[in-house]
Amino acid sequence: MFDSSALLRQRFAGLRSTAELFSLRHVKQSYQALSVRRNVAEPPFFSQDEGAMLTVRVNGVEAYAATADLSQQGLQQALERAETLARQIARHSLLDLRDQPVTSARHDHVSPNFDQPLPNLADCLGLLAAESASVPQDSRLVDWQAGLDITLVEQTYLNSAGAELRHAQRFLFPGLSVTASDGQDSQSRSLGRDNFGQQGGFEVIERCGLIGAARRVADEALQLLLAPNTPSGPRDLLLMPDQMMLQIHESIGHPLEMDRILGDERNYAGTSFVNASDFGHLQYGSKLLNVTFDPTIGEELASYSYDDDGTQASKQFLIRDGVLLRPLGGALSQFRSGLDGVANSRACGWNRAPIDRMANLNIEPGDRSLAQLVKGIEHGILMRTNRSWSIDDARNKFQFGCEWGQLIENGELKGIVKNPNYRGISAQFWRNLSAVGDASTFQVLGTPNCGKGEPNQVVRVGHASPACVFSQIDVFGGDA
Amino acid sequence: MSATPQHRFESLLGALRDALQPGEQFTFGYSAEQSQFVRFNHAKVRQAGEVSQASVQLRLICDGRQAEQLITLGDDAVLDRARLADALGQLRQTLPLLAVDPYLRLDETPWNSHSQQDHTLPELDEVLALIEREAGDLDLVGIYAAGPICRGFASSFGAFGWHQANSFNMDWSLFHSNGQAVKANYAGQAWSADEFVARLRQAREQLAFLGRPAITLKPGSYRAYLAPAAMDEIAGMLCWGGFSAQALATGNSALQRLYNGDAQLSPLVSFDEQVSGSLSPAFSDEGSPRLDVPLIQQGQAVQRLISARSAAEFALVANGADSYESPCALSLAAGNLASEAILERLGTGLYISNLWYLNYSDLPAARMTGLTRFATFWVENGQIQGPVSTMRFDDSLYSLLGSQLEDLTREREMILSTSTYGQRSTGSSHLPGALVKGLTLTL
Repeated sequence: MFDSSALLRQRFAGLRSTAELFSLRHVKQSYQALSVRRNVAEPPFFSQDEGAMLTVRVNGVEAYAATADLSQQGLQQALERAETLARQIARHSLLDLRDQPVTSARHDHVSPNFDQPLPNLADCLGLLAAESASVPQDSRLVDWQAGLDITLVEQTYLNSAGAELRHAQRFLFPGLSVTASDGQDSQSRSLGRDNFGQQGGFEVIERCGLIGAARRVADEALQLLLAPNTPSGPRDLLLMPDQMMLQIHESIGHPLEMDRILGDERNYAGTSFVNASDFGHLQYGSKLLNVTFDPTIGEELASYSYDDDGTQASKQFLIRDGVLLRPLGGALSQFRSGLDGVANSRACGWNRAPIDRMANLNIEPGDRSLAQLVKGIEHGILMRTNRSWSIDDARNKFQFGCEWGQLIENGELKGIVKNPNYRGISAQFWRNLSAVGDASTFQVLGTPNCGKGEPNQVVRVGHASPACVFSQIDVFGGDA
Repeated sequence: MSATPQHRFESLLGALRDALQPGEQFTFGYSAEQSQFVRFNHAKVRQAGEVSQASVQLRLICDGRQAEQLITLGDDAVLDRARLADALGQLRQTLPLLAVDPYLRLDETPWNSHSQQDHTLPELDEVLALIEREAGDLDLVGIYAAGPICRGFASSFGAFGWHQANSFNMDWSLFHSNGQAVKANYAGQAWSADEFVARLRQAREQLAFLGRPAITLKPGSYRAYLAPAAMDEIAGMLCWGGFSAQALATGNSALQRLYNGDAQLSPLVSFDEQVSGSLSPAFSDEGSPRLDVPLIQQGQAVQRLISARSAAEFALVANGADSYESPCALSLAAGNLASEAILERLGTGLYISNLWYLNYSDLPAARMTGLTRFATFWVENGQIQGPVSTMRFDDSLYSLLGSQLEDLTREREMILSTSTYGQRSTGSSHLPGALVKGLTLTL
């Protein structure tokens, strides 16, 4: 771990610059993707990536140059390119950052069980092959896949003010999916994959529940193929955590990103229905809604001590008792807006600059067991596992779809339904939050695929949530 | 750089050939770019930087087994050779752990392809000055991305491909003070300041329509015109497994019913993978020469995109598709509607410049949902009345490009991808606009 540190320190000390501030962010990343599809191992894929971003501040104007040439000369040339660029854009720059505070913190952050050995490649493939082989033989089961992605990241941030921030993290994404088809209709059921990832060791695979799950997942895909369509009309909606994470992500996370509110993302990711003036008093949801930025749950995907700009991370309530308190805005957005934010300035790698991102964005548990949540619903539907997501550029009008639906009548779970979809408006939806599950319903989940930014970036985002009930939501099914 | 990108690639290729052991085969891909990225907000520079990156992707094959590794290159010949040797070593250790791959198929033809163009890109100072002069008083937001892009491929069977091009992509929006916006783009390989200025001024003119009071529509079915940029979003959904041989064989394609012959699109609809003449490399990531492939002709499914692996798994013949079987240069044939007649033919309905955030609400039924975004207008009797507040649609492709399709425009737009996830995309689409009798709005 941190094998490059001594050399990086030495080379950083050897850099020469006239800039008032400069920094180096070195990222080394290795990745391994294993998969068994229809009982045949896909070719294993590995990657090794390493490079650095040099950022300078010259007369309050910042610019960067990213390079994979980590020699003294290569880093010096990148630094000089960044300086030249900062001077070139000075007359056109939107921001004057001369007064923005600079970090000088020094800290190391390491994922839980980072050093714990994982099963070797053959054992991992054996585990996936066993799951694949346990999918029953049924001509309607046309596709199935078990996979495991593992990423190791080591990052070192050094700046001319003396900061040295390092983190070493290991991310695991186990998963399984099965598709059933009768030639006309197809239904898929999945476990993990894009809905589950955590930091840690082998315990992540155990927490995912991958081992021994294939038969059940395949059976659920077949049940969906035979199920009727979800009926249309308003119903109480019970969302399980693997759909709550998408709901939180799209209709709380993105609208609260401060760079969107400041207009940076209007050409691509979009804007927000939230205004800067809303913080501190907007009733975002019902009084049951408590949303936190929480980097302290060790296994959650975006748990860290400092963000990629060097701001110390701590748990903060973004929404408390339904009232909007603070945005997802890192140090730069806080400087620009004058609002208190969080440590969420993040980059996807060495070749992209940090911007405001979601990190761990969670809903705090309430006081109802799952049985109590169901019992409290007279005419409703339970939905689990996201499969479709669409929301407008202001993050207001949404339509989401799930893999699995189950009707609820008079406080009891009833039949399975396929193609469960629902739509609503963020600004109203969260005010319909009528019950929040307790800690027994709470799950730590996350996705590797949050896209945003120009140039584009994909980052890992954590979401932990209990099951939640929303009253009178517009629900509907598919055409098939 | 001390050596040209092609020289770096060939040098590593030589080292790889020298290191190869009896019985081993390889494919070897190369990808590099030097990019200038400048973000704008309020017509000022919000963030600027340069990125220099290069990587190789080595696939080692031996005894019917295969594994792949991608490594970032460090612009240091000695270091890069060492990294390549490490990758080769890891792959050699991996292969004996694998079972024989029944779907391993290799293109063993020793093809050769070379494309290099060196159009001069503008100086950043020129771009910044033009934006300041033409849009300094406007609320412009967007990104300028420019620089050389290289792709290479070689195999132990003697195949060699090289693709190198300078390109630029300025993608921006102009915002009215009421929050409405118009989107524009200028991208290509041969920069023209005059053309850029013309597009900036055209976007400025469109802003005037956005100042009119916004119109809010109720859910229902509306006559609509979808401009090529809006059609690009729909086409993008079809690229998401729609034409993939694997997806079609495993119930995961939205065009399953079309390819089964259980559904059809309008006879006006003919989609092709039109690689020739596009900006994409002439070879796939698997190392096969790409082919022009007719996908849908007169509303009927014709061919699918077949990778070497799918060919083996489903007893098909590979046709130069990438491993993920997505089109890189999708083309939709033109129709008969003249551009100048669009508003008149639309009559009363929606003029939709862009769509946004599409996804499937029922994949096997090819039913998709999404939203209007940027410059969507309500038109009455061929006259623009005002911008329309964001609306959600939810409709089937078999309706939009089937029973409800009235015509496609005679003129088409070449739309170059603005995607910069990981690297700048070389993808493109060539699309007309579409006039539809009914588009279902739901929210």
